[in-house]
Amino acid sequence: MIKPLEGILVVDFSQYLSGPSASLRLADLGARVIKIEKPESGDLCRNLYFSNLVMDNESSMFHAINRNKESYAADLKKTKDRQNVYNIIKKADVLIHNFRPNVVERLGIDYEKIKLINPTIVYAELTGYGKEGVWKNKPGLDLLIQSLSGLTQLNGNDGMGPVPIGLAVVDILSGIHLSQGILACLYRRLTQGTGARVEVSMLESAIEYQFESITCFFTDGGQPTIRPQSNSAHAYLGAPYGIYPTKDGFMALAMGSIPFIGKLIGCKFLKKYKTATSWYDQRDEIKNILATHLKTKTTSAWLSVLEPADVWCAKVMNWKELFDEEAFKILNMIQKVNRTNGYKYETTRCPIQINGTWLTSTTGSPILGEHNKKIENEFLQS
Amino acid sequence: MLPLKGITVLEFAQFMAGPSAGLKMADLGARVIKIERPKTGEAGRQIALKDIYIDESSMVFHTANRNKQSYAANLKSSEDLEKIKKLIAQADVMTHNFRPGVMEKIGLDYKTVSAINPKIIYGVVSGYGNVGPWAKKPGQDLLIQSLSGFVNLTGNKNDQPIASGLATSDIFTGGHLVQGILAALIQRNNTGKGAKIEVSLLESTLDIQFEVLTSYLNNGNVLPFRADQGNSHAYLDAPYGVYQTKDRYISVALTPLDELFSAMKIKLPDEFEDKSVWYEKRNDIMSYLAKEFVKETTAYWLSIFEPLDFKVSDVYNYHEFLNHEGYKVLKMDQEVITSDGIPMKTTRCPIRLDGERILNSKSAPKVGENNAIIDREFNLS
Repeated sequence: MIKPLEGILVVDFSQYLSGPSASLRLADLGARVIKIEKPESGDLCRNLYFSNLVMDNESSMFHAINRNKESYAADLKKTKDRQNVYNIIKKADVLIHNFRPNVVERLGIDYEKIKLINPTIVYAELTGYGKEGVWKNKPGLDLLIQSLSGLTQLNGNDGMGPVPIGLAVVDILSGIHLSQGILACLYRRLTQGTGARVEVSMLESAIEYQFESITCFFTDGGQPTIRPQSNSAHAYLGAPYGIYPTKDGFMALAMGSIPFIGKLIGCKFLKKYKTATSWYDQRDEIKNILATHLKTKTTSAWLSVLEPADVWCAKVMNWKELFDEEAFKILNMIQKVNRTNGYKYETTRCPIQINGTWLTSTTGSPILGEHNKKIENEFLQS
Repeated sequence: MLPLKGITVLEFAQFMAGPSAGLKMADLGARVIKIERPKTGEAGRQIALKDIYIDESSMVFHTANRNKQSYAANLKSSEDLEKIKKLIAQADVMTHNFRPGVMEKIGLDYKTVSAINPKIIYGVVSGYGNVGPWAKKPGQDLLIQSLSGFVNLTGNKNDQPIASGLATSDIFTGGHLVQGILAALIQRNNTGKGAKIEVSLLESTLDIQFEVLTSYLNNGNVLPFRADQGNSHAYLDAPYGVYQTKDRYISVALTPLDELFSAMKIKLPDEFEDKSVWYEKRNDIMSYLAKEFVKETTAYWLSIFEPLDFKVSDVYNYHEFLNHEGYKVLKMDQEVITSDGIPMKTTRCPIRLDGERILNSKSAPKVGENNAIIDREFNLS
C-alpha cells in the first residue's frame, strides 16, 4: 500500500508529547519525519520516565511517541550545525516546533527566517497559551492547562475537588489540531502553491475540547458547574449517565429512558420518573436508586437484560480483560517495532484504516543522532 | 484563503464524532452539507445538555453543527436517493456513522458510491470496527471510555472508575477521521483516486492511551494504579498532582522534588532524597506535601514558584477561567446567529492560519433549510 503522505518531508524540532504526537501521525500516514535534537540530551522526553520504567535506557513515553522517525543531532547555536539544518529545511514540506515564544528567534528558525529559505513550507507552531497575554511565558504542561481551563471540574463527583483526567489529553488533542492544520495547508499548497503558518496552543485546544460545556456555560447565564453527587460521568447530563458498581465489578450506563431501564432491571422505584426533565433535575436521587439496585446482581446478568433491549450499557474493563476479548484481538491494535540496535518493543498502531488496510510500521524510535550520516550524505553534499 | 475552500463534504454522520469532524472541515473552508431525514433530522438534534435548546434543536447540536448546511432527504425513497447520488457525484468527501450493513441496505456503501464517484473520500465512524463480535453493538462515548481501560486512569486509588466528563472518545475519533480524510485528499491530488477512511471509537480511545499502553505492554502487563490522593497521572512520579491549599488548590506538574522542597523552605526528608524513590514512595511524598501546601494560600505558593518558572498553576472553574485575562486575550469565543435570528455564543476553531483566527457567524441549519439552493446549484431536480 502506498501511504497517502509518501514523499512528504517533516522537520520536527518539537519535544515531549504535543508536537511529537502530531509528527507521529504524519509518519503513520506516510511522511518522513526527521527529529532535530540537541546533541547529548536530545528530546527531553527521552529521560521522562513513566513509573520508573526504563526501556533500552530511555523512557517508555519516548518510545511510544517517536517510533517511525529519524533523528538528526544538531546544536543550533553552532553556525555549521545551523547551516546543515537549513539545508534540510530547504527540501522540507513541513516544519514543526513547540518552543516557548521568542526561543525560535534565538535559534534562527523563526517563520520570517525560514520563509526566506523555503517560501512554500508549512510552518507549524505549538505553544502552551498562545503568544500574547499574561500566560504567554508560563510553562505549557498538560496538567496546568487542564487545571486552568476548568477541565478538572468536569470529572468525578460533586465534593471531590478538582479531578484531572489521568492522561495528557490536552497535549494529544493539540497535536491532533496541529496535524489537521498542517494537512489542510499541505492540501492548499498542492492546489495553490502557497506556504502557510499554522499555530495551535494547548489552551485553545483545551477550550475546543470543552466546546459543549463551555457553550453551555455561555448559554445558561454562567451557572456554576455542578457534578452529580455520585456515579458521575458528566456534569451536564442527567441520569442514568454514569458508572455503577455491580455485584462483581462496574458497569456504565449512558443515555436512556429511566422507566424503561427500571422495568428491564426490575426496579419499581424508577417508574415514577416519567419525563426527561426529571432525569436531569432529580438525577441524584435516581442515581442513588440505580446504584443500590445494580449492586444486587453481576454485570453480565444486567447486560444480558439491557443489551438485547438496545440500552446503551457496557462492562467496565481493565486492559487485561479487554485484551482477552475476541473483539479486541481482531483489531490487531498492537504492533511490534524494532530499534536499529536490535531492541524490540510493543506499542499501539495508528487508529486510522485506509481502504481496508491498517497503517503499520515496524520502525522503532531512533537512537539520538543515529541518522546524522545518512542525512548528511543525502541533503548536504549536493 | 481558507485551505479547504472548494471542497464539498456530505455529512450523513450523526451525534458527535462524525459531526465534530465535519465542523473542523467547515472551519477550514469546506462546504459541509448535512444529509438529514426530513422533519426530525439527525438524532443529535434531540440530545441535550442540561435540557437546553436553542430552537427546535439542542444547544449541543448547535455547537457541533454550526457553519454547515442541511439537505433533507429520505434515503428510503428512490426519488430522493437518486438526488443524493447526483449530489455524491459532485462531492469530494462523505462521512457516515451508521452501524455495519446499513449503508449496504440503503445502497450507499463504498463500492456503490465509488462507482458513482471514484474520486470521493468516504469516511466511516464505527464503535468497534466493521467486523467482529462487537461490530453491531452501540458505540457510545461513555461505553467506550468504560471498556477501553480509560476510566481506570482518573481519580484516586479508592475511587470507583472515573470517566472524563466530556465526550472524549467522540472528539478524538472525529479528530482522527479528519486526519485520515485530509491525508486522502492530498493523495487524491497526486493519484486522482479517492479512498475509504475508517476510524472507530474503540481504536481511537486506545490511541489516546498509547503512552500508558506502551508501558503496560513492555512492563509485564502491570495494570495502572492511581495515587492515594491528588492523583493526576497514574504513571508519573511525585509531586505530580493536585493539592489543597489554605484557600483553594494548586496543581504541580513535573518539578524535581529537591527543588520544590527547597523553594517551600522545608527539608526534604532523607527517605525521599533519592530520585529513584519518587515514584514508588509517591503516596508518602504526596501526603507529606499535602500537609505543607495546606498551610498557605494558593497565591502565596504561586508567588514563590512562578519566579522560579516552576510548572505549577492555580485551579479554576469556568467562571474564573472564562473571565480571566489569559482567556480573553485568546478571543476564543464567537457568536453565531440562527436563521430565526437567535444569537448563540460558542467557541471558535482552535487553529490559527497565517496569523489569523478562523471565525464564522453561521449557525447550525434547520432540517432541510438549504434544499432549494442545493437542488439548483447541483442540478438535482
